[in-house]
Amino acid sequence: MRRSALQQGVLHLVIAVGAVTMVLPFLWMVSTSLKPEPEIFRFPPVWLPGRWEWSNYREAMEAAPFGRYFLNTVIYAVSVTTSNLLFCSMAAYAFARLRFRGRNVLFIMVLGTMMIPGQVTMVPVFIMLKHWPLVGGNDVLGAGGHGLLNTYPGLVLPMAVGAFGIFLLRQFFMTLPSELEDAARIDGCSEAGIYWRIILPLSKPALATVGIFTFTAAWNEFLWPLLITSKDSMRTLQLGLQVFQTQYTTTWDLLMAGTVVVTIPVLVIFMFGQRYFTRGIALSGVKG
Amino acid sequence: MTSGEGVAARQQARTAYSFLTPGLALFFLFVLIPVIAAFYLSFCRYDIIHAPVWVGAKNYARIWEDIASRGVFYTSLRNTAQYAIGTIPIGMALALVLALLLNTGLRGISIYRTMYYLPVVTSLVAVSMVWMWLYDPSYGLLNYGLELVSRGLSFVLRREVVIAPQAWLGDPGQAMAAIVVMSVWRGLGYNMVIYLAGLQGIPGHLYEAAIIDGATPWQRFWAITWPLLKPTTAFILVVSVIGASQVFAQVYVMTNGGPNNATTVIVHQIFQNAFSFMKMGYASAMAFVLFGLIFVMSLINLRLLRGGEVEYV
Repeated sequence: MRRSALQQGVLHLVIAVGAVTMVLPFLWMVSTSLKPEPEIFRFPPVWLPGRWEWSNYREAMEAAPFGRYFLNTVIYAVSVTTSNLLFCSMAAYAFARLRFRGRNVLFIMVLGTMMIPGQVTMVPVFIMLKHWPLVGGNDVLGAGGHGLLNTYPGLVLPMAVGAFGIFLLRQFFMTLPSELEDAARIDGCSEAGIYWRIILPLSKPALATVGIFTFTAAWNEFLWPLLITSKDSMRTLQLGLQVFQTQYTTTWDLLMAGTVVVTIPVLVIFMFGQRYFTRGIALSGVKG
Repeated sequence: MTSGEGVAARQQARTAYSFLTPGLALFFLFVLIPVIAAFYLSFCRYDIIHAPVWVGAKNYARIWEDIASRGVFYTSLRNTAQYAIGTIPIGMALALVLALLLNTGLRGISIYRTMYYLPVVTSLVAVSMVWMWLYDPSYGLLNYGLELVSRGLSFVLRREVVIAPQAWLGDPGQAMAAIVVMSVWRGLGYNMVIYLAGLQGIPGHLYEAAIIDGATPWQRFWAITWPLLKPTTAFILVVSVIGASQVFAQVYVMTNGGPNNATTVIVHQIFQNAFSFMKMGYASAMAFVLFGLIFVMSLINLRLLRGGEVEYV
């Protein structure tokens, strides 16, 4: 399929114009974040700030305890990612490599949970966390205090395992050759040893995919931290952005500076882990 | 079968159960029990402070009355449908066209793919904030664009053309459309990458054979690409319908359901009833209505797209 230079050029042009349109809002975000206040309301708007107002970033970060929000978000996202990698890979190993009664029924039930929208379970999980016995001032019956609301375990536990991660890793584990495992078994290696010393090291790409997906989703999560945290000291970055909006005014320069800060970590991860994003999509079984 | 093998099998089963325990325990605690509890709550009046009171099917009856009298929940259903119809067909068509363009072996494809995928990894809250700024009625970039267009038209047509600045998110007639445009922009890269994966799974020799037979690009698309992409299309459609049914964050951030309920959606109603009005029972009933809708829609989609699957060898 040879194409003429002209056709090539037109194709490039169409795709490039589209691509620039896609990133335009990001450029506008960065541009606004660096403008002195009067320039924000200049009409017609300018793309390059006359004076680069780096202090917007400092001011934005001082408008709320963003250091604390950042720490909370890192703790939340790292914990959710670690626990997902561990629990999903353990379950996936059992489903992919071990023989036991009820394997298929259990696996189908796990997959079935993917169909249940989070909104169905949201209210009972909230109540359950609030009435978790013996923590957060609660008595044995779970009354009296705030339970696990406004705590890291409360944020992390309900998100600590996911059906999608189990599914993805199981698919990958099933593609691994069984010779190594058999040899290890003959040498007297335990099942736990096979999982830890053979399967996991061979599965680094799949683990990276699940890890990156989980981390990004947790970093960007909004509804869940919104429900579970009410104390300022427990809020996450996504919730923190709302301090720049009051009912009547929005400080756009500071809001955009905050948005840049909140967005950069996932963009960096995306740039470095790009191939894992695409691999994850291929792994989820969407091939022609 | 020696007894040694029996021991090994039992050993393996024991390992399996212990490996499954943490994951399954979490599912049991945070999915299974809550689903059952939510079902029970949907038949109760519950405000979190007082114990739940059994009211029978009253919550579902209220939903029915609301729909019959075109109340707020009915509005949220209609808005969610508008959102789905606004985002899915256009979003999928654009994604397919882009994937086809990017699949032509152009150089620099990975840079373009990155640019198109960028909004997907950015949080909904962040992109909602950026788009609110773009939609700003007084200083937003979009209204400036409209002004440029009107100036251009005035110049070309040699008479004064005025396109008034729009209120976008502030206008009940435009707010949902504004949210739809933002959402199509955000989701495009995801669908595009899935379509690209699907396209790369189609064997090249099929196209070579078609070219030898003198098939035009148009014929090649409809005879090879489209039918072989059907599983991919089905997957994207199902995922998109489920996603659209659960749209929330952008609505919550950009309009909070307004103006005048013009953008309130199902999950926004669930959220408001549960956590602002403390009507947890009513909210749970709504959540089950949503669950039912998603279930039925997914079945219909899969049925629609399963018929006529083809395989070329």
